[in-house]
Amino acid sequence: MNMNSAVIELKDIWVHYEGMPILEGVDLVVEPHDFLGIIGPNGGGKSTLLKVILGLINPSRGVIKVFGDTPKSARRDIGYLPQYSLFDMEFPMSVWEVVLTGRLGHTGLLKRYNDEDKKAAYDALEEVDMLEYKDRQIGKLSGGQRQRVFIARALAGEPKLLLLDEPTTSIDSIMQEEFYELLNKLKAKMAIVMVSHDISAVSVYVDKIACLNHKLFYHHSKELTSEDLEAAYQCPVDMIAHGVPHRVLKAH
Amino acid sequence: MLELLQYEFVRNAIAAGILASIACGIIGVYVVVKRIVFISGGIAHASFGGIGLGYYLGINPILGVLPFSIASALSMGWVSKRSRLPEDTAIGILWALGMSIGIILVSLTPGYAPDLMTYLFGNILTVPFSDIILMLVLDAIIIVVVYSFYKEFLALCFDEEFATVRGVAAERLYLVLLCLIALTVVVLIRVVGVILVIALLTIPAAMSRQFTSNLKKMMMLSIIFGAVFSSGGIWLSYMFDVPSGATIVLVMSVVYLMYSLVKGIGSRGAT
Repeated sequence: MNMNSAVIELKDIWVHYEGMPILEGVDLVVEPHDFLGIIGPNGGGKSTLLKVILGLINPSRGVIKVFGDTPKSARRDIGYLPQYSLFDMEFPMSVWEVVLTGRLGHTGLLKRYNDEDKKAAYDALEEVDMLEYKDRQIGKLSGGQRQRVFIARALAGEPKLLLLDEPTTSIDSIMQEEFYELLNKLKAKMAIVMVSHDISAVSVYVDKIACLNHKLFYHHSKELTSEDLEAAYQCPVDMIAHGVPHRVLKAH
Repeated sequence: MLELLQYEFVRNAIAAGILASIACGIIGVYVVVKRIVFISGGIAHASFGGIGLGYYLGINPILGVLPFSIASALSMGWVSKRSRLPEDTAIGILWALGMSIGIILVSLTPGYAPDLMTYLFGNILTVPFSDIILMLVLDAIIIVVVYSFYKEFLALCFDEEFATVRGVAAERLYLVLLCLIALTVVVLIRVVGVILVIALLTIPAAMSRQFTSNLKKMMMLSIIFGAVFSSGGIWLSYMFDVPSGATIVLVMSVVYLMYSLVKGIGSRGAT
């Protein structure tokens, strides 16, 4: 791996689903230690973009490099928090077992989890402050606690890139604040890309912001023009300029 | 019950019951937690095609089932993941297709098809020793594979997409799991027959889930439940001279329903 290379490099990525374009010519470069928020309407291709970066969806056109490599080879260094899904709350698995699955890429087939894996899982749970719940069944947690466990699962693989898909949908606003504080702590160690439709929350915490609705609007900064937002959302968006130190829109 | 043990067929029946409980205890837990009861039922029923094949070729029908159930497991897995058809539609079609092939092959076989009912509904009291050896071998394969891929299977059942991202070949592993279900079907056919296999794959595992939230403990408990229920069923079927497979399923279902009922009343009283 070339240490100078960008974390993510997407060039002219097109994805089609049943003939309909989901992503249209997306270009994106994410540098080490970027904390990028991607906002956009539902159905705009946000989850699809993350899945392209993970190599779960193959684009119909375009070049994709993660750590200068193919997504599949780079997966080992990617931590992933999938969109909140209605998983089986009764699933017979403890918090500890869930977090250990984050180590699968490191352990390899036909081997038990070793001490190194257990230490990484332990540290990850400590990092998200969930160590005391490690023997709890995964369904017997609140939404915010569960989200922390899933972050720990992503961290257990010691990623250099963290991908978060709508991480705050399932948690209340107080927990959300704690959650963003946690991300703030993590961004020193890794690049973070977070997609969300929650524009105001994203704009407070992230360092750079992009807007995605099939096409991606991004200026490597925390500013988006109102033309970008209008093009992406297809209607005027003016509720974003509050909180001047963290503004999304240029003063105009 | 002890004096029954002097008969070889009773000893064979109990051995078959225990071997079946091991297979369905382990694999049934996966079937229940991954919610693949329908595809498992499909594999079991489609395996009837293998019985027809066995009759047609004039070999032990169980030996016809083995390749046929593996083939139906692989095709169902492949079609359900890759085809544009909805998964349940694809399974429904293959389910019926396998059974039709069996019926046609049986009817093409000259003469009378002896023991056909045995394969449809099972008869644990007539299990020959050679089939017990086969069940033992299949149980060993199931245990070795599950032991080897335990952590991958757990991750696959909980969150297939995340397992993929962590480098697990999820689709291939899913096909391996379906093949293990196919082997379990072969183990269970002698005991309850293709029609009732699904009961043994679901009831002991569903019951054990009420008592623990640890997958390994669930497997142990399912094996114990399966062994107790099948022994009880064998005894009742001998006492009342009724079909053993159906009796085992009836015992399991009644116990499970009674347990759920009592538990339901208990929890209602608590609120």
